[in-house]
Amino acid sequence: MAKSENELTWKDLEIGCIVTEPGSARQYESGTWRSQRPTYDFKKCIKCGLCALYCPDGCINQNPDGYFEADLFYCKGCGICARECWPRVIKMVEEVE
Amino acid sequence: MTTRIGVEVSIALADAVKLANPDVIAAYPITPQTHIVEHLAELVANGELDAEYVPVESEHSAMSACLGSAAAGARTFTATSSQGLALMIEVLYVASGMRLPIVMALANRALSSPLSIWPDHSDMMSIRDTGWIQIVVENGQQAVDNTIIAFRIGEDPRVLLPVIVHLDGFNLTHVIEPILLPEQADVDKFLPKNRFPLPLNPDRPVAMGGFAPPFIYTETKFAQEVNLKNSKKVILQAWEEFHKAFGRKYLPVEKYHSDGAKVLIMTMGSSGETASVAIDEMRKEGMDVGQIRLRLWRPFPFEELREAVKDADILIVMDRAISFGGPGGPVASEVKAALYNQAKRPKVVSYVISLGGRDTTVSGFKDIVRKGMDIAARGSKNEYEIYGVKE
Repeated sequence: MAKSENELTWKDLEIGCIVTEPGSARQYESGTWRSQRPTYDFKKCIKCGLCALYCPDGCINQNPDGYFEADLFYCKGCGICARECWPRVIKMVEEVE
Repeated sequence: MTTRIGVEVSIALADAVKLANPDVIAAYPITPQTHIVEHLAELVANGELDAEYVPVESEHSAMSACLGSAAAGARTFTATSSQGLALMIEVLYVASGMRLPIVMALANRALSSPLSIWPDHSDMMSIRDTGWIQIVVENGQQAVDNTIIAFRIGEDPRVLLPVIVHLDGFNLTHVIEPILLPEQADVDKFLPKNRFPLPLNPDRPVAMGGFAPPFIYTETKFAQEVNLKNSKKVILQAWEEFHKAFGRKYLPVEKYHSDGAKVLIMTMGSSGETASVAIDEMRKEGMDVGQIRLRLWRPFPFEELREAVKDADILIVMDRAISFGGPGGPVASEVKAALYNQAKRPKVVSYVISLGGRDTTVSGFKDIVRKGMDIAARGSKNEYEIYGVKE
């Protein structure tokens, strides 16, 4: 897509807003919805990946060190990962500017 | 050579759908639309029409099945009426927003409560703003012709919108009329194949019906509005070419002795022919009256309306529905809005008539014209008049 979503005019839209490219939802930054963000104490992490399984957004991936971490571009801050993480690695903290 | 045959309008309309060679028909029966879909089901069952007939469990499902069918690029037809339409409304908006060229016959009928199976335009008015192209016919021949034309308009790559053909329940659906059913070869020439540009296709995947956040929703709706407005020139072209091929002419605003007439009566739907008889009689009596008939309800033909009433002093507008607590007749309300900013405009008198199947006769229309002229001269404290209500 040549233009970013915010630059699209009414003339740029496909018929009936049909989306012709796969994976267009990737461009949508749902992270702006967040009021809390997950923080990690990776010393306790056993890399079980339960947080990633429970994440309703599917935004948790393994970082280069193999720890599971939310992609804040998409993470809506629901806190399900923190609740399900039984070694208590994840703690939700308020988003402050 | 086509011959005129006496046939029930519902059956003729179904035969017109067959001539358009649809791929999918998804419908749920409801009075007074039933004979249309019943006959189509019969044609499919008998092997006379090679189409999928989807006998759905509700009108909401009917329109939803039509969405899928049209999205796959199939020529799609449905029909409903009144309560069935009410159940369908949610999906009607989806069809126009997704630009899917579905054709629907709507047997106009009153909405409950109290329960009425008889005709008026309350169902039509409930879907006014759904973004469908809406053609209103006044006899069986027009229903047949415009059903075929509707496929051509809706599927035109410059349009790609769903189209409704409104025909009054019973007054049209259940009467036997002499009808010219076009020849298959002529219809095939008039109606090109449906080629939806981005159909659902596993080899070329697309996503339809996505969501639009606030930063783009306004743009989607404006694009839809521009598209519906621009469809008028394609509608005019389709009617013109139909006229050339079949000899019958349709216009957004049709005139009957209206040019130069000082008093005009405006009708939409089957009551128009009764009103024409009244016009004939009044003109014979020396009255300077004419008639205009609204054939195209959406997109609304602003220019044609303004042109048609430019010489008139009085315009009496008939409505078969009430906008409760509002301006009375929805058609009159739009006519007033269309004329308000014109330097020269007729006085508009709004009459609500023929609700829930009550007939307005020739003498009734003559009475309305006389009373309407009186109201135009003296003024009225009412936003609209309701004809024939028992006091």
